[in-house]
Amino acid sequence: MEAARCVTFGQYLRPHFYLLLLIFLRNGPHTVEGVWPLPQTFTSSIERSPLSPEAFYFEYGSQSAAQQGCSVLDAAFTRYFPLIFPDYTGNGVLRFYADKPFRLVITVDRDDCESYPNEDSSERYNLSVSARQASLNAETVWGALRGLETFSQLVYQDDFGSYFVNKTEIVDFPRFQFRGILLDTSRHYLPVKTILQTLDAMAYSKFNVFHWHIVDDPSFPYQSRTYPDLSSKGAFHPMTHIYTQSDVRRVISHARLWGIRVLPEFDSPGHTASWGKGQSDLLTPCYRGSSLSGTFGPVNPVLPSTYQFMARLFKEVSSVFPDSHIHLGGDEVNFSCWSSNPDIRAFMKKMGFGVDFTKLEAFYMENIVNITSALNKTAIVWQDVFDYHELRSSLSVVEVWKGGCYLCEVRRVAKAGLRVILASPWYLDQPGPTHNWARFYTVWPLAFKGTEEQKKLVIGGEVCMWGEYVDATNLTPRLWPRASAAAERLWSDEKQTSSADKAFPRFQDLRCKLVRRGIRAEPLYVGHCKHEYQGV
Amino acid sequence: LHCCPLGLLALLLLTLGFSRGLQPGPRDDYEESAETERVFAASKYGSLWPLPQKVKISDVSFKLTGVTFRITDAKGSSSGASCSLLQNAYRRYYEYIFGGSRVQHGAEGRRAGPSVLTELQVLIVSADSECERFPAVTSDESYELTVDQPYAVLKAPKVWGALRGLETFSQLVYEDEYGAKSINSTTISDFPRFAHRGILLDTSRHFLPIKVILANLEAMAMNKFNVFHWHIVDDQSFPYMSRTFPHISQQGAYHPYTHVYTPADVKMVIEFGRLRGIRVVPEFDTPGHTQSWGKGQKDLLTPCYSGDKPSGSFGPVNPILNTTYDFMSKFFKEISGVFPDAYVHLGGDEVDFNCWKSNPDIQKFMEQQGFGQDFSKLESFYIQKLLDIVATTQKGYMIWQEVFDNGVKLKPDTVVHVWIGGGANEEMGKVTAAGYTTILSAPWYLDYISYAQDWQKYYKVEPLNFKGTEAQKKLVIGGEACLWGEYVDATNLTPRLWPRASAVGERLWSAVDVTDINDAFSRLSVHRCRMVERGIPAEPLFSSYCPREYKGI
Repeated sequence: MEAARCVTFGQYLRPHFYLLLLIFLRNGPHTVEGVWPLPQTFTSSIERSPLSPEAFYFEYGSQSAAQQGCSVLDAAFTRYFPLIFPDYTGNGVLRFYADKPFRLVITVDRDDCESYPNEDSSERYNLSVSARQASLNAETVWGALRGLETFSQLVYQDDFGSYFVNKTEIVDFPRFQFRGILLDTSRHYLPVKTILQTLDAMAYSKFNVFHWHIVDDPSFPYQSRTYPDLSSKGAFHPMTHIYTQSDVRRVISHARLWGIRVLPEFDSPGHTASWGKGQSDLLTPCYRGSSLSGTFGPVNPVLPSTYQFMARLFKEVSSVFPDSHIHLGGDEVNFSCWSSNPDIRAFMKKMGFGVDFTKLEAFYMENIVNITSALNKTAIVWQDVFDYHELRSSLSVVEVWKGGCYLCEVRRVAKAGLRVILASPWYLDQPGPTHNWARFYTVWPLAFKGTEEQKKLVIGGEVCMWGEYVDATNLTPRLWPRASAAAERLWSDEKQTSSADKAFPRFQDLRCKLVRRGIRAEPLYVGHCKHEYQGV
Repeated sequence: LHCCPLGLLALLLLTLGFSRGLQPGPRDDYEESAETERVFAASKYGSLWPLPQKVKISDVSFKLTGVTFRITDAKGSSSGASCSLLQNAYRRYYEYIFGGSRVQHGAEGRRAGPSVLTELQVLIVSADSECERFPAVTSDESYELTVDQPYAVLKAPKVWGALRGLETFSQLVYEDEYGAKSINSTTISDFPRFAHRGILLDTSRHFLPIKVILANLEAMAMNKFNVFHWHIVDDQSFPYMSRTFPHISQQGAYHPYTHVYTPADVKMVIEFGRLRGIRVVPEFDTPGHTQSWGKGQKDLLTPCYSGDKPSGSFGPVNPILNTTYDFMSKFFKEISGVFPDAYVHLGGDEVDFNCWKSNPDIQKFMEQQGFGQDFSKLESFYIQKLLDIVATTQKGYMIWQEVFDNGVKLKPDTVVHVWIGGGANEEMGKVTAAGYTTILSAPWYLDYISYAQDWQKYYKVEPLNFKGTEAQKKLVIGGEACLWGEYVDATNLTPRLWPRASAVGERLWSAVDVTDINDAFSRLSVHRCRMVERGIPAEPLFSSYCPREYKGI
């Protein structure tokens, strides 16, 4: 294809021809730095096709179930055009290729254009790039989105700014179906703009779940329709530091267009100090000796009013967030306040819990899980709930977060027949020098003793960016590109991606691509990007 | 209504001691982090950072409005409308104080009442305001600030003190609960504890666009730093575009056009710094850390040998060729013209002797000179000649501590820069005992990051905590926070530097007994929000919020 290209140029720009050829001889054909995360099977040749923004078309294949008007794909074409042609300004004058357009033909088997991505959505796609045409086939639009991302990463520019794509065959699908990023909007409020940009960057690394740890002790920014006092009293500021219903809808619809699920977490019974400000009698009053201390502990599990409140709140949350799953938290419950409270102690006695407060927590979580399953939501809980629960039949998905032998816990959960999400090795709020990215890369989620069936229960993993030390000023460089290391672990074949050294050049290339796309992804080591970040 | 002087703080719920979220590892301090909410006490010093030497804030408060408030030259000031440095600063601080709220409806027709402060008069008392000069290590940065009716007065011997005082004035302004700008009646008398308060940025490991450098000069002024130590070149790249040797950046920069600092860029940085009372001290580190120099300057670096053949790789600057010194003469002549500061940093750190050892010509030279196998003598030989060259350009020099350690003869006004961690106190003792002035960086390598509030570690450093006489301690002229560039570029530099460097800023400016970490936390939290409001993405100290969060992405 190089020859063909030269001829094309030769007709119009004879002197240029030799220059190009010279460059070509000196540098050899550009070797594609590659795609991140690495596709499952990938063959490419050095044969390359020139691309011109003036003569490039996305097309729906004639056999495609989705056609023009498909909201997800129409929007994706608009987004990916400038990502594929980052220099294109729209006022080009030269139209060399007008008669020889390049077509990217997209064919999907199902018209799920107006739906939301879910836990079973196929993300598989085939991408075949040849001369002047590429075909992208997928079962679903979500798979097509992943394929578009891959295509955008295959296109590169030479020193003159001309665009090329090499002949390539890709068959690709994710290793794990759940590939998430947790953002914490309670310790620090993150402006909606910051969340939306994170969703963009997630799609660049093929993440598909935004775990929104939306409330916690320090603040309650979610503006509830049913209980507006929760945010008007519990947010850092009732007007400027909240997520209105339309903010939430905007996040969900933006995420949908990228094929990303939004998984809300309303963590209880611990981590709820901010809830208590707008909802009296929800939290347990702590005692000092025989009198009230004036402070409050976890949610009060002995009052019927608690469960009435939770039922109404979760009814609202279930309708606001379309995802089939909901995260109920359940971690780090401090028992000292419960044990100080005489009413709680009386209840413990009545229930025959003795002094085992884990039983009380299990009792509470059981009730909450029942509330959400009545709303047709599958509950995800932090591992504490599993650890405390004797009766585990009500549980479905457990997220493993504690350090130490996290695979031991993964194994225990899988052995109990429950699904597992692994977060322990991916706590990215711990800054650490960047070259530690390999720490997040060389993680082997299935390296535990277990049957095939048990390993299938590991549905994926999650990068956690807790917010104590993170807000809009530093979130992006702290998250990227390190989160992308986890993304490849969760998407790609483990055998092909076992070496961090081998991945390094491709990873550096990704980080410059992210910077080029306006994501403040921090550097991995000394060096430079052709286009540096231009902000402050 | 008795107005709270700390209105800004009152807006902030600084909640320390919340449970810590999901951290892996041992679940420590449950009792300590019980779910009681401690509201962090506001400092009686509001959000002043670094804390002035003497502060008295009264309860009497005045309002300020963007419509009536002016910063003006006082009658009798030796600086006037022609001093663009101050005029620029007046506008800058007016904008910092009033931000976007300049147009206030209904305020136009209102006459200033008795509780409204309408003017800050700036009085430069010394006959030479130094308005047209460059700041120097000897510059007087002291000032006195009186906020009272009928107008506030900022009195300073030189413009440099006025710049510091303007920053302080802007930090006294807060918003009351109705959002009105307010300031309390205050008297401040202030001066820096140390004369050299620097930030090192490294533009070789990663290129930093000019915009980022300028933004950090802004942030430095907000923290009363006064030296930008520009580690401009190193092994990895040579972005400095030399007029005399343009081929060095053509070959040695990451990119000859997009990753270079042109003469105009450098000028802009220097003038931008000058307008904020910040010196620009360039570092051209030799003989090591010079790989990028060699790409465009043949025969400058030592060819390394493997066995009896050149290996094709190069080592430090070749110290045995006359051409090396000819080059250095011309080069530093240019540098001394381009950078107006009285000092240039000559580096001299981390010289790797292996390549010198491998080279037969060097070995022969060693023999001739009677150096034996002591390559530090060869290094000294080189540095000695370099210092002589630089001395002819009328510049003073700064060097990293190794040069002193290796016993190179230094001019008495040399500044020795102590950077090696572990034993830094002993080194400070040794350097000052030998009679040299020194600056400290060892405890302030901000490119090393750790979890949680590491600013406290930097804050707790006491630079004079070494054994030595009073005279020795006087030789410590300050310190520098270093942000080396291996893992830092425009994407993450600013939040990594601020507010962590602010801790160093207060240590170097404020009195020795300003060590209350809780008070510092309270002031610094608000100070960091102020930086955010001024467009600097300074990262948070802990869970909390700013009334106006960072708006960038």
